[in-house]
Amino acid sequence: MPVRVQVDDFDVTAETERLVGGRKDIGAIVTFTGRVRGEDDGRQVAALTLEHYPGMTETEMASIEAEAMARWPLQAALMVHRVGEMKAGDNIVLVITASAHRSAAFEAAEFLMDYLKTRAPFWKKETTPDGGSAWVEARAGDEDAADRWR
Amino acid sequence: MATDAKRRVRLVYFAWVREKVGLPSEDVELPEDVTTVETLIGWLKQRGPGYSDAFARPQVVRAALDKVHVKPATPLGAVREIAFFPPVTGG
Repeated sequence: MPVRVQVDDFDVTAETERLVGGRKDIGAIVTFTGRVRGEDDGRQVAALTLEHYPGMTETEMASIEAEAMARWPLQAALMVHRVGEMKAGDNIVLVITASAHRSAAFEAAEFLMDYLKTRAPFWKKETTPDGGSAWVEARAGDEDAADRWR
Repeated sequence: MATDAKRRVRLVYFAWVREKVGLPSEDVELPEDVTTVETLIGWLKQRGPGYSDAFARPQVVRAALDKVHVKPATPLGAVREIAFFPPVTGG
């Protein structure tokens, strides 16, 4: 099952079609798209710069995806994460899960995002409209969300 | 572990750890008494103000040995690449 790290934007419809197109055994597809918010904790955000650890990122994403495939009856899954500079409103991350029934697809998509946020080595730096910048701090709530799958 | 062999490793830094240290990566020779992630952090902290700033709160800095997440007490063993970075914030 594929994972990708890329600078370019992604097209949700095209990615979904490429992943599951033509298959008759899939009754449920969940797609999650994460986008750059224009404000974070009251700060205006003009852009985000995403840095990652090449090699480790892909390995971690593949292991998270393999864990989801083992835990839920998924026919297919895809994770795409962008790196580089993104502006408010741009896509950052795409998760697609496909299964015979919806519950597995919904749950696995949440699991993939929760684990991605706490294990995959990506870091966000925010740029404000006045040109200031600061690294985004990890949220305790993200750890809590990942812990519920243990 | 053979104590006669010099242990050369690559250190890599990400996000604000990289900015504070002032380097994306470097090759270093580890002293014999540096055997775990936390003893390595202790050694790095003494290498200059950028390092002491980056590792001022060592409990906040995360580490990976050969691209696998590890805890501070993890032995370095025959590792080749050690990464230090803040808690991850992707997604």
